[in-house]
Amino acid sequence: MSEKLSADSRCEQTGDEKQGSLAAWCAAPDTQEKETVIPERAEEAKLKAKYPNLGQKPGGSDFLMKRLQKGQKYFDSGDYNMAKAKMKNKQLPTTGPDNNLVTGDHIPTPQDLPPRKSSLVTSKLAG
Amino acid sequence: MAFPDSDIISTVEFNHTGELLATGDKGGRVVIFQREQESKNQPHRRGEYNVYSTFQSHEPEFDYLKSLEIEEKINKIRWLPQQNAAYFLLSTNDKTVKLWKVSERDKRPEGYNLKDEDGRLRDPSMITMLRVPVLRPMDLMVEATPRRVFANAHTYHINSISVNSDYETYMSADDLRINLWNFEITNQSFNIVDIKPANMEELTEVITAAEFHPHHCNTFVYSSSKGTIRLCDMRASALCDRHSKFFEEPEDPSNRSFFSEIISSISDVKFSHSGRYIMTRDYLTVKVWDLNMENRPIETYQVHDYLRSKLCSLYENDCIFDKFECVWNGSDSVIMTGSYNNFFRMFDRNTKRDVTLEASRENSKPRAILKPRKVCVGGKRRKDEISVDSLDFSKKILHTAWHPSENIIAVAATNNLYIFQDKVN
Repeated sequence: MSEKLSADSRCEQTGDEKQGSLAAWCAAPDTQEKETVIPERAEEAKLKAKYPNLGQKPGGSDFLMKRLQKGQKYFDSGDYNMAKAKMKNKQLPTTGPDNNLVTGDHIPTPQDLPPRKSSLVTSKLAG
Repeated sequence: MAFPDSDIISTVEFNHTGELLATGDKGGRVVIFQREQESKNQPHRRGEYNVYSTFQSHEPEFDYLKSLEIEEKINKIRWLPQQNAAYFLLSTNDKTVKLWKVSERDKRPEGYNLKDEDGRLRDPSMITMLRVPVLRPMDLMVEATPRRVFANAHTYHINSISVNSDYETYMSADDLRINLWNFEITNQSFNIVDIKPANMEELTEVITAAEFHPHHCNTFVYSSSKGTIRLCDMRASALCDRHSKFFEEPEDPSNRSFFSEIISSISDVKFSHSGRYIMTRDYLTVKVWDLNMENRPIETYQVHDYLRSKLCSLYENDCIFDKFECVWNGSDSVIMTGSYNNFFRMFDRNTKRDVTLEASRENSKPRAILKPRKVCVGGKRRKDEISVDSLDFSKKILHTAWHPSENIIAVAATNNLYIFQDKVN
């Protein structure tokens, strides 16, 4: 590891030079602009092409609210029991891949909820 | 290769002497390693780290009132300086901070009057003599006991804890608030920063990290999702909503894009050991700031600038939100941070040289010198280089630690811990 600080090569250049050359390399073929496109703008164009409805406020309220609400899960035992009673007669929709759907048409069943993790296993780092 | 999620290491921290190294994982467990005493018989085994203690720090919980699942993942571990034979550390998950005492037991009392050696009570009428128990040596046992539980003080998710240089208090920071605790008092804490807007619709930024100054017990900093750092002085007022200093680098408006704010979000902030500088990590760079200059950093290091042309896919796979940490070496001359593909980077502030190394069993043998890596961005890839498109974004090094005085580093690569040392001649 003592070699680490005497490595001759610098891995990446810094500053405007680098940005310019990267831009030239990855400018989207369909941009009309004549001046160099910065890489982020090209990436932004790609993203907007894929998701035209993407919010106007990137990194704004919506994204932050989602971060603050991490861990929110809902389960209504009343709904669940009602659904169990009706289940003999008709098939109710179960959750799809997204277990985080709040309420709505689907009734979560015990099988849908993520299993409680067993925490009594010793870490493998402890040998 | 499948492994349980619970094995993912979520924090790594050396204690103040470097004798102990603690790791926390997603399963709520803490594993502590201790450095071997150097022996004259085996000089080449220069103080290796072996498992010293392991315990379950946090359990998963469910807050029924708020329908909130509380992960047991250990977000941070911070050691207290050693004041007696026992070791103390703070560990926290999203909601609860705990003070753990780790102590050794190598003697046990033998020869009780009222119970026999198995612990069974003796019949008192059969006892005819008084004897005094004596302490006899036993096999070393290391016990971890929770000494304090600091709960119910955070509505949002705790991202940082920091021990004050007075060793009597510490702070815990969540997305919107920072609380000050006294180690002895668990049912109260002071709120010292509150950035929650009256109307949540107006929320524009969150607290991402916070730390106390290493020497000045009244000073702390906190970073935000907008790329700014605020320094606060607790002597100025009880509620430090008004900062004493505000560090922000002016943005070039022509560079602005959809991703600008997201990649400017600071994921870690660390004071230098000297207390003169702070280092911040955002998605693509590490910056060093002089506390005396608020308008721009004094140094900026590119960690993986080649990712600029990958931001679209990094946004789609959520990697753009990865929170990388950064660390100083003992003398503040070298800084280190992680990247993808199990790469980590070191920057020498004096020589301005940098290196990329890899933490992987496949690509290096134990005790072999690490070979510098290089990522190629252009068309022509040299033999040893790795192209940007071949990088494995699931192999991220978010957590690293540097021994307080020696060139020993700990690198967490998902579920594996690597410890690297300077080569002995």
